[in-house]
Amino acid sequence: MTPRTLFAKVWDAHVVHRFAEGGGPALLYVDLHLVHEVTSPQAFEGLRQAGRRVRRPERTVATVDHNVPTGDRSLPLDDPIAATQLDTLAQNARAFGVELFDLTSPQQGIVHVIGPELGLTQPGMIVVCGDSHTSTHGAFGAFALGIGTSEVEHVLATQCLVLAKPRTMEAHFIGRRSAGVTAKDLILAMIGRIGTAGATGHVLEYTGEAIRSLSMEERMTVCNMSIEAGARAGMIAPDETTFAYLEGRSRAPGHRDWGRAVEAWRHLASDPGAEYDRRVDIDAAAVGPQVTWGTNPGMVTDITGYVPNPADFPTADERQAVERALAYMALTPGTPLEGLPIERVFVGSCTNGRIEDLRAAAKVAMGRKVASGVRAMVVPGSQQVKAQGEREGLDRIFREAGFEWRNAGCSLCLGMNADVLRRGERCASTSNRNFEGRQGAGGRTHLMSPAMAAAAAVAGRLVDVREWAVA
Amino acid sequence: MTLTPFVRHFGKCAALPRANVDTDQIVPKQFLKRVERTGFGSALFRDWRFRPDGTQNTDFELNQPAAVAATILIAGANFGCGSSREHAVWALAEYGFRAIVAPSFADIFYANCCQNGVAPVRLSGDEIEELVRRCRAGHGGYRLTIDLEAQRVTDDAGFTAAFTMEPYRREMLLRGLDEIGRTLLEETRITTFERTRT
Repeated sequence: MTPRTLFAKVWDAHVVHRFAEGGGPALLYVDLHLVHEVTSPQAFEGLRQAGRRVRRPERTVATVDHNVPTGDRSLPLDDPIAATQLDTLAQNARAFGVELFDLTSPQQGIVHVIGPELGLTQPGMIVVCGDSHTSTHGAFGAFALGIGTSEVEHVLATQCLVLAKPRTMEAHFIGRRSAGVTAKDLILAMIGRIGTAGATGHVLEYTGEAIRSLSMEERMTVCNMSIEAGARAGMIAPDETTFAYLEGRSRAPGHRDWGRAVEAWRHLASDPGAEYDRRVDIDAAAVGPQVTWGTNPGMVTDITGYVPNPADFPTADERQAVERALAYMALTPGTPLEGLPIERVFVGSCTNGRIEDLRAAAKVAMGRKVASGVRAMVVPGSQQVKAQGEREGLDRIFREAGFEWRNAGCSLCLGMNADVLRRGERCASTSNRNFEGRQGAGGRTHLMSPAMAAAAAVAGRLVDVREWAVA
Repeated sequence: MTLTPFVRHFGKCAALPRANVDTDQIVPKQFLKRVERTGFGSALFRDWRFRPDGTQNTDFELNQPAAVAATILIAGANFGCGSSREHAVWALAEYGFRAIVAPSFADIFYANCCQNGVAPVRLSGDEIEELVRRCRAGHGGYRLTIDLEAQRVTDDAGFTAAFTMEPYRREMLLRGLDEIGRTLLEETRITTFERTRT
């Protein structure tokens, strides 16, 4: 048999029907459909108008994350429109029989944090959600992709998705990463190399020693940002690390089925000799801590780097884009990134809001103080991450250092709730997008790892965390 | 949901030749709290159309008199990247756009266009450059015909370019098809698939 990639194996196992011979799209069966408050109301309304039901409610799980407050949850929501959106999801979940982790649930959190945390996300699955960062779940060897609201309605009604088969692209990370370099740095460096449309139409598979040695949480950070390279999805072959993470989680296969499940998952890895349509090699050992300087995640450099000069870019389009970005970011060509003063810090998001991320930031914050004039927020990715952090005393470390310790949600990653940057504020952020206005109209975002963001909070400026003695 | 079929459209053009226009720009997050599919037109490119003090930003391409009532947007590469929010397409459609012509689109945005009867048309970078030039020279009078049946874009001054769209998507747009209705015709196959897997 022809050697197949991980992606091809998952794809083949889910084809219900092919619409036309030779290149037509496939009807794919969806194993897990995650739902949140922002991209679902119009989909449920569509079902209602057409008199349709949710075909497989037991494969559908909802939570609230995008517009929820991260402050005091005993108070009613200040924002009546956000409250309506939350109420609408609650009503829809009840009416259509879908499980919902609402604001009062100890399992509430960012949809891409709770899926893995509960063991809902499993190797070999097709996972969809009306959110582009669904690519996160690919860390388990699932084919996980973000979809629009019409497609959300389609999956609710049919448990299937119509999709043309994407091409494949191997991102091969050679060697080991150096000390002080995180999964976030690896993926930012890759996006810097191939650009924000570098993987459009492709499913990325991350391979190589530097990927294999990552923990599950680090793999999720890598896969999470696949969409920032334009990819349809990102995947990593499941292995012992994956199985160890999943074993014993409440929604993972139980004791009786565990052995059989793992046996099946072992066959998912790409076969030796499997061919990808494209390949990019990244020298992991050469990657340093990354910081973005512009208004998309591909506008990135090492912390030891400088703000680029538009004149150095080859095409007129790029020169114009860099000029616009520098004007928005209020940066002058040639300025070192290191030393750039910041006013805000955000540790959190589906990219870097898991327990290991909070531990890494806490390690830097421990015994130190947030610089005067800096407002720093830690927003756990889920209430379970928050509870775990509190069991480990991370909340005390952060609070004593002057960080705010908040409730779970997307928060300042997209600023749909009250957590926003003010115009002109510069933020060291562990999130995934530095688009204009993403964190608040006129706000300026620099993406980086949790340790780098925590160090920036303490220094009041961007610093190279490798120069900090962190035990 | 039934859509207006898209077969052939003759309309006025506006050019926004910037690469990597993300969906956060097309419809900023503060407008995503609505539970309806409507009401997003006024939010389109909000932070570019208006200055911080709320006045209109007359420098922005779509605010120029020449762009008023345009129905075809000539855009840059990787248009619609970032967030999966379909609100971006709802906003473009409600604002009046029926087609977007660009060198490339982000995948999710492309699919979202097709779901809403908005035609995403891919032309080469050179062809887009030429269209931008003609659009600017036309001072608000530049019009294109987008013929989805023939897969061709033409103007009345000799510009003509072919494009391709995968047959399934094209058929959906041409006939204004409801994709869910289409898929439910395969009900037996879905049920059989479910039975064989468990």
